[in-house]
Amino acid sequence: MSRNTKINLLLLLAVALLAVMPLVLGLGDDKEQPFTGSDGEAETAITEIEPDYEPWFSPLYEPPSGEIESALFSLQAALGAGVLAYYFGLRRGRKQGEQRARERDAAGVGGAGESDGEGV
Amino acid sequence: MHIAEGFLPPAHAVAWGVASAPFVVHGVRSLTREVREHPESTLLLGASGAFTFVLSALKLPSVTGSCSHPTGTGLGAILFRPPIMAVLGTITLLFQALLLAHGGLTTLGANVFSMAIVGPWAGYAVYRLLRRYDVPLMVAVFCGAFVADLSTYCVTSVQLALAFPDPSSGFLGALGKFGSIFAVTQIPLAVSEGLLTVLVMRLLVQSSKGELTRLGVLVAGGKRVQAESSEAVAR
Repeated sequence: MSRNTKINLLLLLAVALLAVMPLVLGLGDDKEQPFTGSDGEAETAITEIEPDYEPWFSPLYEPPSGEIESALFSLQAALGAGVLAYYFGLRRGRKQGEQRARERDAAGVGGAGESDGEGV
Repeated sequence: MHIAEGFLPPAHAVAWGVASAPFVVHGVRSLTREVREHPESTLLLGASGAFTFVLSALKLPSVTGSCSHPTGTGLGAILFRPPIMAVLGTITLLFQALLLAHGGLTTLGANVFSMAIVGPWAGYAVYRLLRRYDVPLMVAVFCGAFVADLSTYCVTSVQLALAFPDPSSGFLGALGKFGSIFAVTQIPLAVSEGLLTVLVMRLLVQSSKGELTRLGVLVAGGKRVQAESSEAVAR
């Protein structure tokens, strides 16, 4: 494994540890409902400060269940991950293609020069 | 950082919308100019938007015992400058407001202001400042992404405290309350976002050197940075 790959894997490991640590240490145990969304907590805080506040507009579309909501969240993540993977795959493939073309030029033409110049 | 639909009083909702609109319009202009002048950027632009899509869908547990998500706006701001992130961030927020009932149309202006405007600008400013003082690229990228993430949630706290000042302790009391919900929760997530942004930037350095050089992230042999700092010394 190259040094680059090792560093990249360590970065991923650090992110995973940061995400798992609060769960392992049970940092949500003192709450009635551990690990709820902070957006929802803010809504609760608003109703604490202003008990009379009524939201004056409701979402045009609301996922009918938690399952549908998580499906749509996964869709969002999958779309993003797909595009990122496409980008890096394409780059890698192009780089390899260019390198192969260069090698073929160097080997096949035997230093005729012409295609060497174009290859760069 | 998503203020839920209908949870900002109408006057605040309109005001944040008016404040955000020019940034988004300017962003659309920069984006079309970038695509017209450098069609080869389109792919990397797509990848930057995709990064925001992934990260803002990742709800992670935090030390406060609640969950929140990163924003992913630092990367695009560093690569393409903040105006373009105003557009990409708005697209992400619209997707979540319309399909996920996460955030909302009436609070879109406020959410755009925190995640797609202040976050990218704050992160970009920190990144540029550190680069000016010859801080290594990856350290600057980490700090930029960290600040972009955290500042977004600080802005959300301010927005909510302005709209809902505490009856006894006023604006500051409410700021403390919302700040402890959002900003404290966000600190470890901002670290995660910084690390993930560094990871993607490392992959970009390995795969897209030419592109990064054109965008000014990488400088051929660090010459420009050196020239800048020696100028500063001369002055």
